[in-house]
Amino acid sequence: MAIISRGFKGRRQQDSPLDRVPPGQYVTNDFPVLSAGPTPLVALDKWNLTLTTETGQTTAWTWDEFLELPIEPINVDIHCVTKWSKLDTNWEGVSIDTLLAGVQTSAGFLLVESFDGYTTNLPLADVTHGKAWIAHLYDGEPLRADHGGPARLLVPHLYLWKSAKWVTALKLSNEDRAGFWEGYGYHNYGDPWKEQRYAGD
Amino acid sequence: MERTAVRGRLNWLAAEVVELIDETETVRSIVLDCPGWPGHRPGQHVDIRLTAENGYQAQRSYSIANSERGQQVVITVELVDDGEVSPYLVGELVAGDQIELRGPIGGYFVWTPDLGGPLQLIAGGSGLVPLMAMVRLASSDRQVPVRLLVSARSWDSLIYREELVRLAGEMPMLHIDYALTRTQPSNWQGYSRRVDKAMLEESAWPAADRPKTYVCGPTGFVETVAMQLLALGHDPKQVKTERFGPSGG
Repeated sequence: MAIISRGFKGRRQQDSPLDRVPPGQYVTNDFPVLSAGPTPLVALDKWNLTLTTETGQTTAWTWDEFLELPIEPINVDIHCVTKWSKLDTNWEGVSIDTLLAGVQTSAGFLLVESFDGYTTNLPLADVTHGKAWIAHLYDGEPLRADHGGPARLLVPHLYLWKSAKWVTALKLSNEDRAGFWEGYGYHNYGDPWKEQRYAGD
Repeated sequence: MERTAVRGRLNWLAAEVVELIDETETVRSIVLDCPGWPGHRPGQHVDIRLTAENGYQAQRSYSIANSERGQQVVITVELVDDGEVSPYLVGELVAGDQIELRGPIGGYFVWTPDLGGPLQLIAGGSGLVPLMAMVRLASSDRQVPVRLLVSARSWDSLIYREELVRLAGEMPMLHIDYALTRTQPSNWQGYSRRVDKAMLEESAWPAADRPKTYVCGPTGFVETVAMQLLALGHDPKQVKTERFGPSGG
């Protein structure tokens, strides 16, 4: 039984549509930046995205090649483990399904790497069937570097630390491997609706 | 770099307010006694949960300001005008009240003496809170040299100012530079502008010394400072950042 905080009223109950705000979150109109280190600056002519299967087969895209892939509009709510949620965010990007279309795999996991060395891990089932994208536009503009541009992974049904900024490599794997925050005690899966913030939650 | 995975579940603990300290007109430190607190390292934070009588709950994270062992947790909270939680913590809470907390959270933006130095701390406004826990630990440990550059709008808005002056006076291994960006006292000897590359060149450990660097504050401040550090040749892997807000109160 939670302790009642004497005199606390809370103000946002009317503002937040409860069925869209996971437990413990509050809605913000801002777009906070929470990165663990300096923002890497990636030149587009140096950008590349690789997809490697569990058997070592690699597909790679330069920035120009990436832009030739089918790009779709994305309108989603996003939830950060630091408690803020942002509703109705608009992005554009390439579905992970598109990237996987030419690839044979029976892997269960996706290991993700960013240009600055950041990593995260997800079950493959959580990035397929329309659940995830490589997003390069936000609100119709090129994604800002501090928000993960040139392109980031976007997996809105999980806490946003899984949506790796500055994504550069997707590795299909038979084994799960804890990424950066997962190794520091954050939950391995990160479902905001189950409030899976930290290991053991 | 130490990676400590959290084991088991972080349970919500009941903590009692034992003391309130007004740091500035809008910032208050809250000293909490928390039986069962597992201890923490400077840089880590704590999640706070408030429950209204109708069951409505709000959670926020706050950096931990103290460094001592034991079951005491000190947070320093800045009042956000249209915030939901900070007006309660800064304006309403009294000694004897209880709040729920869990933690410690975070394992990357952490400094302990075994990580070595020299230690470079760069704070913008209330970004000083987690860095103050590092200053407090370094001051009791007295092994690692520390340089702190702290930016605030004015002397009166600088949190922990009396303690900073006292510690710097007592400890030759702690050097503090102050940048007061809006107003300065008369006869002010410190910086009177926002942190820039020239200031970092004068104030901070040079890149050749391979300092362990922690930058904390509003994200715009942190972005600027981090980029300037990289331009001065610092290794991005040695620059750890923690960014505040806008936090929503």
